[in-house]
Amino acid sequence: MNMNYTAEELAFRDEVRAFLDEKLPADIAAKVKGFRRLSKEDHQRWQKILSEQGWYATHWPEQYGGVKWTPVQKHIWDEESCRYGVPRSIPFGVNMVAPVIIKFGTEEQKQTYLPRILSGEDWWCQGYSEPGAGSDLASLKTRAVRDGDHYIVNGQKTWTTLGQHANMIFCLVRTNTEVKAQEGISFLLIDMNTPGITVRPIITLDGEHEVNEVFFEDVKVPVENLVGEEDKGWTYAKFLLTYERTGLAGIGLSKAALQHLKELASRRLKNGKPLIEDTAFSQRIAQVEIDLMAAAISNLRIIASVEGGGVPGAESSMLKVRGTEIRQSINDLARRAIGPYAIPFVEEELDLDYDGDYLSDENAAPLAAQYFNNRKLSIFGGSNEIQKNIVSKMILGL
Amino acid sequence: MDFRLNEEQQMLQDTVARLVRGEYSFEKRLEYSESELGFSEDFWKQLGELGLTAVPFPEELGGFGGSGVEVQSVMTELGRGLCIEPYLQSVVLGGGLIAQAGNDQHKEQWLGGIASGETRAAVGLQEPQSFYDLNDVETRAEKSGDNYVLNGRKAVVIGGHCADVLVVSARTSGDSRDADGISLFLVPADAEGLERRTYPTIDGAKGCDLFLNNVTVGADALLGEEGQGAGVIEYQAGRAIAALCGEAVGVMEVACDLTLEYLKQRKQFGVPIGRFQVLQHRMVDMMSELEQARSMAILAASVADEPQSDERRRILAAAKNVIGRSGQFISEQGIQSHGGIGMTWEYNFAHYAKRLIMINHQLGDDDFHLERYATLLQAS
Repeated sequence: MNMNYTAEELAFRDEVRAFLDEKLPADIAAKVKGFRRLSKEDHQRWQKILSEQGWYATHWPEQYGGVKWTPVQKHIWDEESCRYGVPRSIPFGVNMVAPVIIKFGTEEQKQTYLPRILSGEDWWCQGYSEPGAGSDLASLKTRAVRDGDHYIVNGQKTWTTLGQHANMIFCLVRTNTEVKAQEGISFLLIDMNTPGITVRPIITLDGEHEVNEVFFEDVKVPVENLVGEEDKGWTYAKFLLTYERTGLAGIGLSKAALQHLKELASRRLKNGKPLIEDTAFSQRIAQVEIDLMAAAISNLRIIASVEGGGVPGAESSMLKVRGTEIRQSINDLARRAIGPYAIPFVEEELDLDYDGDYLSDENAAPLAAQYFNNRKLSIFGGSNEIQKNIVSKMILGL
Repeated sequence: MDFRLNEEQQMLQDTVARLVRGEYSFEKRLEYSESELGFSEDFWKQLGELGLTAVPFPEELGGFGGSGVEVQSVMTELGRGLCIEPYLQSVVLGGGLIAQAGNDQHKEQWLGGIASGETRAAVGLQEPQSFYDLNDVETRAEKSGDNYVLNGRKAVVIGGHCADVLVVSARTSGDSRDADGISLFLVPADAEGLERRTYPTIDGAKGCDLFLNNVTVGADALLGEEGQGAGVIEYQAGRAIAALCGEAVGVMEVACDLTLEYLKQRKQFGVPIGRFQVLQHRMVDMMSELEQARSMAILAASVADEPQSDERRRILAAAKNVIGRSGQFISEQGIQSHGGIGMTWEYNFAHYAKRLIMINHQLGDDDFHLERYATLLQAS
């Protein structure tokens, strides 16, 4: 057993740190660390910097402009980038549709889409869930009917994250209603500017516009936008979900959030002393830190097990459940730490260039909203109930 | 033993329920919430006209002579409708502090209006550093001739943005967290030197922080004995906790109803999701939490207007601890049972969930009251 990084891995970590020290824009890092809103421009600016460094596409083969990182290197990147306040990568293009195109797409699709993902020209979103197809994704109803050189698409997608920024969407659509649900699904790439597409915002309980509904009404999609074979889309979707599920545990994000919580609890007062010195509260922080320590090692064990290649199996589902619960606990404590000041919602303080007086702590405004927003963690990417079903079926044979 | 409301109490609750059903659709609530006032002036007037703002006051002051049970019945229905009018702040807390500590002149001047709803009160008892300890008071009131001069800041004064009169705590002697030396003052909303920073609350209401900069009030603004405010505040906070428990039960009832309804109608994998055992058990747990909360709310109401004692303190701390935990459980598990739809602004569940979490941030959260209970723990 050896739990230490190799000399090469340590050197890589130094390289990552040097890069982030030099290139990560301070305003973007401050937004991420303070849980402030990031604009589309912030994401694009950072993506450009990453692309120039050649570190944007870490799941791609080098021939398409990817960088060949080992699972440990990816882990080091994740840890360091969370610590530094690097914006969450918007995964839909680079980490989701791209691996599918690389594995199942035509040469023309690779030549068309991969460079545009790397350059940031395309912003992709995901058309999976529908109002009637959430956990039961295979029951999706959005219909694509072949008509000469085109598919005519009709239906509705929902929970489309950042769809308001996207110019491309990858969709699961039903092309065959005669067969078993999973066998009649196809994977289509659709230009969001095609006539017949309407994007409607869904405002979440914290007042944010992050997700959308996307409506398709007689949308003409060229047949060359089909990925792989017709009716085989479910296979590609499952392939993609393995990429989605890894990283959903958010260990690095939890570490950063825990650090933020400790700093907050050092500034807030209870009985005239810093809250972090309060026995009950410090024990609550200690408990979540201990749980996170265990989850971080579980995460490393999974990473080590796939070091030789391949993707993690159902054990990553267990980690998703635990990891999201831990992050939610940290958000819960941060909300508790500001006591009565969790109640005011001073939206203007969410902007980094806010130059008025802060009502209480400079980082208080986003905390209650973030607690509510992150209830999504146990719902998205396959709800925690679905993850447990996977574990009980795949590992336990129940 | 009989835990049911008597006929009069039931009629009272039915009256509020009818009013809320008629006036407080989910859509209207969003409109009220987004208005400048932050709630419905019209609904507030109707609460007054129906005598509901008079419920806790003695009959000789134009009141109904209601106890903790009656107040809780009103609050439960306001909770069911997710009403954002400042009933707790004006009627229960503001009115309660004046009724307990005020002299005849104070009562005459303010209570009639508060009981009829024509006057609105709010209370400034917390401060930026106080967390939930209402004895942690740094705002100072210095005697100056016949007057008092107030300086300091009061935090998160719900309903303070539209109150006609504010009851604030300030220190006339002692150190920051001493119980002795805290006094209560009536400060008119238009007092010179009083500034407010108004904001919406995350659960749809409005409030403000109060900044007192050399606010000068006469000796007649002193409510109760100088330096003896802590006991009054503690007692009235206890009444307010019992009232909040009532509201929480109303919010939880609807949250559970909505979740159960969703489990029955939402289909996945060809069946209503309520057929899945994991969701059935979760729903049962939510209902059990609601029943625990309901029991503690009843207990809290029964001691709300009793003379102060350690037993009363224990019960109210226990009740607030239970509703804090039950509320968070029902809020979180209700969202989880709904999935994404439970997190959307357009669907009412999320607003119930937010209110439940924020009730835990009013008058002390479950941790605070656990600690308080522990200090009052009886060895035998």
